[in-house]
Amino acid sequence: MDAIAIISIFVLAVFVGFEVVSKVSSTLHTPLMSGANAIHGVILVGAIIVADHSETNLELGLSLAAIILATINMVGGFVVTDRMLEMFKPKKSVDKAGE
Amino acid sequence: MNSTLYSLIGLGAGVAFILALKGLSHPKTARRGNLIGAFGATVATLSVFLYVTPSHGEEVGHSLPLHNFWWIIGAILVGLVIGVPAARKVEMTQMPQLVALFNGVGGGAAALVAIVEYLNLGAEATTAEVIFTVFTVVVGCVSFSGSIITFMKLQELMTTRPVVFPGGRFVIAGTLVAVLGVSVWVVTALGTTPLLVLAVLSLLFGVLFVLPVGGADVPIVISLLNAFTGLTVAASGYVLSSTLLIIAGTLVGASGTILTRLMAEAMGRSLFGTLFGAFTAKPQAVSDSTEERPVRSGSADDVAILLNYARRVVIVPGFGLAVAQAQHTVRELADLMISKGIDVAYGIHPVAGRMPGHMNVLLAEANVPYDQLAEMDEVNPTFGQTDVAIVIGANDVVNPAAQTTPGCPIYGMPILEVNNAANIIFLKRSMRPGFAGIENELLYDPKTMLLFGDAKASLTKVVSALKAL
Repeated sequence: MDAIAIISIFVLAVFVGFEVVSKVSSTLHTPLMSGANAIHGVILVGAIIVADHSETNLELGLSLAAIILATINMVGGFVVTDRMLEMFKPKKSVDKAGE
Repeated sequence: MNSTLYSLIGLGAGVAFILALKGLSHPKTARRGNLIGAFGATVATLSVFLYVTPSHGEEVGHSLPLHNFWWIIGAILVGLVIGVPAARKVEMTQMPQLVALFNGVGGGAAALVAIVEYLNLGAEATTAEVIFTVFTVVVGCVSFSGSIITFMKLQELMTTRPVVFPGGRFVIAGTLVAVLGVSVWVVTALGTTPLLVLAVLSLLFGVLFVLPVGGADVPIVISLLNAFTGLTVAASGYVLSSTLLIIAGTLVGASGTILTRLMAEAMGRSLFGTLFGAFTAKPQAVSDSTEERPVRSGSADDVAILLNYARRVVIVPGFGLAVAQAQHTVRELADLMISKGIDVAYGIHPVAGRMPGHMNVLLAEANVPYDQLAEMDEVNPTFGQTDVAIVIGANDVVNPAAQTTPGCPIYGMPILEVNNAANIIFLKRSMRPGFAGIENELLYDPKTMLLFGDAKASLTKVVSALKAL
């Protein structure tokens, strides 16, 4: 990939990242942090790629450790975020039932 | 699968992550947003198994399946077996530290990926690749060890107060200089040893960086380390020529930075002060004295009588409510008071508990109607007309020292001004000070009544006493 393309992607992603969360109530700070945390678990993709490239036992061992850690980050992150947000759901249905 | 299709799937996952963050910013769409993010991540992960990324210098990758395929599957299974139960079983009170831990292992994974790719490339690596590798290793290791320390602080495996030792700032500055020096060494000399030295120094720096942070600043640091991990993922995306990793990592880095700033603002902290606390912090005059001063403690009946004749009551929940799992009992009490015609509101401090929004999540679990939850700016002007403020397991967020005592660790943090209410009831387990370790003068105020004991047990007693009246 050429440098200009990478810089373009990077700069645009920075602005998108700034824009999407610029106004968020403090209630959602923790779930949003947790969700963003799960998203960077996609480093799992990178860990799988380096495991494929691994030629020595050392490289393979380290990349498998990376896969384990990344899977914990990604899957655990999405599950725990969902649990946080699940708490909001029954309240809505109760509100609706009450109306 | 050809490389075009693979890249398009990566782009689709990137879009899914944008939609996920967007969704997570609004209460109504938050859950859907998270599911979109999970979907994007799953599709991206599956796509790696169908397309072999060429190694450095190769035009096309080898044929499928991936090398070490079963090892990879096994490692993913191990990760699932550890991660899923941890996320499903964790108590609501321990959620913040779990997020910190997940963030740390993500940073560790990014650092390991960079190290392996570096070992693999050897002398073939371009200078730019080495620079990005160094960045990933340094920041990933800082994120890893820093997150472990925040985990230990929140789990109370170590002191929650700022840890400051004499000459600490010189040690930290020295470590930082060493990290930068070794970074240059890696870039110029190339080699495994310098990289490992760099990793160890970075781990050490992460520990030293987080140790002086205490109390309400811990969540801000977790958010910052989260943004750090995002940037390391973006940098490793450069080394691996993965557009997806660059997009996902940059998104998290940018949104995480904004989120860190928002959290700092919500707590009235300067981001700079939090980050460089290590360089400015002096050993705090934290009151350790267990001086015997008179407090007015009451019984559940006394509290019930006070509530029965109140017109307006504000409930201020804190970490103690979460620990005691008393959210359902507190709702029972609120409903009972409402049925007696008492005006009831919950005063929610942005950082009550251990994380912003912690109390909202907890009370939502007990189906507390959203319109009874009042944010700090809404509720503060009303304390003057409030007959009783019930503080349940909260301390620092109502401590007037934040407004009156310059130099105390929470000075400048906005508080819930319960001191303006006509009567204050504290439900506490003991006289132990709060997370920040500062004495609360309000406990000795003549209009304060203390009800000692577990929050849930105390509330249950108050409910039955109030029913009997």
